[in-house]
Amino acid sequence: MDSRLYMSSSPHIRSGVTTQRLMLDVIIALIPASFAGVYFFGLRAAVLIAVTVISCVGFEYLMRKVMKRNNTVGDLSAAVTGLLLALNVPPTLPLWMAVVGSFFAIVVVKQLFGGIGQNFVNPALAARAFLIISYGTRMTSWTPPLAKAAEIDAATFATPLGALKEGGQLPNLLDMFLGNIGGSMGETSALALIIGGMYLLIRGVISWHIPVVYIGTAGLLAWILGPNGLFTGEPLFHILAGGLMIGAIFMATDYTTSPMTTRGMVIYAAGCGILTILFRLYTNMPEGVSYAILLMNVAVPLIDRFTKPARFGGKAHV
Amino acid sequence: MSILNFKGGVHPPHTKNTMECATVSVGIPETVVIPMAQHIGAPCQTLVKKGDYVKVGQVIGNTEAFVSAPIHSSVSGTVTSVDERIITGSRPVVCVEIKPDGLQEVSEDIMPPVVDSRESFIKAVRDSGLTGLGGAGFPTHVKLNPPKDVKIDTLIINAAECEPYITSDYRECMENTGSIIEGINHVLKWTGIPRALIGIEDNKPQAIKKLSEAAASYGNITVHGLKTRYPQGAEKMLIKSLTGREVPPGKLPHDVSCLVMNVTSVSFIAEYLKTGMPLVKKRITVDGSAVKNPGNVYALIGTPVRNIIDFCGGFSAEPKKLIMGGPMMGVALYSADLPVMKYTNAILALDEKDGAIPDEYSCIRCGRCVKACPMNLLPYEIDRLVKAHLHDDLESLNIMDCMECGSCVFACPSKRLIVQSIRLGKDILRRASKK
Repeated sequence: MDSRLYMSSSPHIRSGVTTQRLMLDVIIALIPASFAGVYFFGLRAAVLIAVTVISCVGFEYLMRKVMKRNNTVGDLSAAVTGLLLALNVPPTLPLWMAVVGSFFAIVVVKQLFGGIGQNFVNPALAARAFLIISYGTRMTSWTPPLAKAAEIDAATFATPLGALKEGGQLPNLLDMFLGNIGGSMGETSALALIIGGMYLLIRGVISWHIPVVYIGTAGLLAWILGPNGLFTGEPLFHILAGGLMIGAIFMATDYTTSPMTTRGMVIYAAGCGILTILFRLYTNMPEGVSYAILLMNVAVPLIDRFTKPARFGGKAHV
Repeated sequence: MSILNFKGGVHPPHTKNTMECATVSVGIPETVVIPMAQHIGAPCQTLVKKGDYVKVGQVIGNTEAFVSAPIHSSVSGTVTSVDERIITGSRPVVCVEIKPDGLQEVSEDIMPPVVDSRESFIKAVRDSGLTGLGGAGFPTHVKLNPPKDVKIDTLIINAAECEPYITSDYRECMENTGSIIEGINHVLKWTGIPRALIGIEDNKPQAIKKLSEAAASYGNITVHGLKTRYPQGAEKMLIKSLTGREVPPGKLPHDVSCLVMNVTSVSFIAEYLKTGMPLVKKRITVDGSAVKNPGNVYALIGTPVRNIIDFCGGFSAEPKKLIMGGPMMGVALYSADLPVMKYTNAILALDEKDGAIPDEYSCIRCGRCVKACPMNLLPYEIDRLVKAHLHDDLESLNIMDCMECGSCVFACPSKRLIVQSIRLGKDILRRASKK
C-alpha cells in the first residue's frame, strides 16, 4: 500500500468552495432577474438568453480546443458571461448580433488574454460596449414592457435615463423598482437584482463593499449634482434607473476585474459611482454604468498596487 | 473571560473526534528507529554503535551545538543498525535502530536533576531532551536562554491547538492539569518572568474550566479563551491575540518581551524535574477517515507509525495519505514504517476521498487568500511570480514572512498549491543570497 500513498505539500485539507460552485451561485442569483426579463419582455428574452449562453459556452469550448488548452467549460464562467451578456442588451437585439457579442466576450476579451482570471476587463461589459459601437441603433432601440405596450407609442419609447436626457416623461419609482420600464432585459427590475444580490451575500460569494459603496456614491453624487443647483438631485431615480443595480451587484463584483483587498474595493466602487453619474449628467450618453465599470476595471492593477495590506509586525508595537 | 482574536485566518472543520479519548499506551514495538535530527538546529552525533546494549533514557545522540537537544533511547535493547535514512524531508538522517528486549530496563543515569539556579534549570531542560512539543520542535532550553539584553515580561502557554483533528494538548490539559501549573511555576521561578497567560481556543470549554480552577490560587497565571480560528495557535498570532503585540518581520517572540511555550512542554518539565526521565514517549492523536478506532495514545519515540495504527484497530479503508501532524501543517509520509518523533503530535490516515490531491485551476482573483493570510501577504501574487519564474520581486512581497500555515490554500476555490510555490520561492531566495 505504501507505494500508492499521496505525497504533497501541506495543507492537506481544503474548503468546499470551488470556482464551479461560485459560478453556479452567480447563475442562481441571476435567476430572479432573468425571470423578470422574460416576464416584462416576453419569450423573446428567454430565446436571447439561450442564444448567448449557448454561444458563449460554445466559443469557450472551441477556443480552448484551438489553443490546445484544457477544457474549462465545466467551471461555468462562460455560462455566467453568456447570461450576463443577455441581461445587458435590449430584449429585441437580433440573435446574430448576440452571437457576435458572445464571440467578442469569450474569444477576444477572455481567451486571447489567457482565459478565466486573466481578462483585464469584464467580458460581458466589453461585449456590450463593442455591440454599442458596432450596432448603435439596435443596441439603443428600446421596447416598452409588455404591460405598457398597449398604452405607449412604441416608436418613441425611451428608457428612464433616455427620457431624462431627451426631456420625456419619467416613469414612477415603483415601476422602476419592480422593472416595469424599458431597458436592457435584465437591468430593469431592481427588486429581482436585489434578491439575487442578497443571495450572493448570504452565500459569501461577494462582500457588501462594492455594491453598497457603488450605489451609495452614485446616489450621493446624483443628489449633489441636481438639475436645479447643488443638492437638488433625485438619488432614488438614478439608483433605480439604467444598469446601476445590475452593474453594482453583478458586473462590478466580478472577481477577476475588481481589487483584491477591501480597501481597494471601496476605492474602486467609489470610482465606479462617480464616473457613472458624471457620464449620465455631463456626456451625450444617457447611461454610463458600462463605461464606468470598464474604466475602473482597467484601474484595478493600479489600485491593487496602492492598497497592499500593511505588513504584519511592520509597525512598532505597543 | 474575553474572547481574543487576530486578523485573517480560516475556519476549517474542527473534526476533534478524539476529545474524550483518554490516552492509552501503545506498548513496546518490535523495533524502534530513532533519528538523530528531531528538532530545529544541529543534528546529534551518534554515541552508540551496532551491537551496543542501551537502556531506557540513555543518551544515544548529543552535540556541542547550542541550538540542539540530546536524544535518548526510548527502550532497553540492542542497537541493530546505525545508518542514514530518509524520514521526512529530502535529506537523509542518521538513524539508530534498536531491537527492544521488552524489559524496559532504566538507565542508571536517570535521577531527578538538582535545580537551584537559572543556569541549572536551563541545563536540566537541555538534558531532558525537550524540544517544542507543539509540532515545531525548537529546543526549549534555547528559548529559556534569550540574549542578555532581552527582558521578557510575559510567558505565554500555547494550548490553542487550532489544527483540526489533534486533541493531544487538550488531553494534556484534562489529564495532567496539575503538572501544567507546576511546570509554569518552575519556568516563572527560574526565569524571573512575572506572569503567565494560558491561551486556549473557546471550542474547549472543559479545558478552560479545568485550567482556570487549577490556576485560581496563582494570581500571576491566567487562562484566556481565544476565538476558535485557525491559525490561532501560531506563535505570532497567539502573541497578538493575548497581548496585542506584533512580532516584527524576521524577529522572535522575545523581541516583544514574550516567551511562548507549548502546554505539554511545560507539563513535561514538571514531570522531568520530579523523575529525571527524559523525553522518550509522546502523546499522539491517531485519527482520520482510514483509521478504525481513532484515539489518543502514548507511543515511545521511534515507534513505527504502522504499530500505532495497528494498535488503533488498523486501517478501516485503504489509506491514501498518511500525515504526521495536523492536516494544515503536517507532513505527508511516504511510508507507514517511518517512526514517530519528539514533535509528532498526531498521525492521520486519510482515505481516497479525504486524501486525494485536488486538481489545480486558474486563479480567479477572488481575494480569499488575501483575506485568509494572517501575515497580510498577497499569496496569489507570490504564487503567480514563482510559477512565472519572476523571482526578483519575491522579496518585496515579503515571502519570508510566510509561516506556511496553509490558510490561503484552504480558502482557495481554485485549489492552487500556493504554499508549495511559497516554499519553492523561499528556497530560491535562500540559494540566491548564499551565492
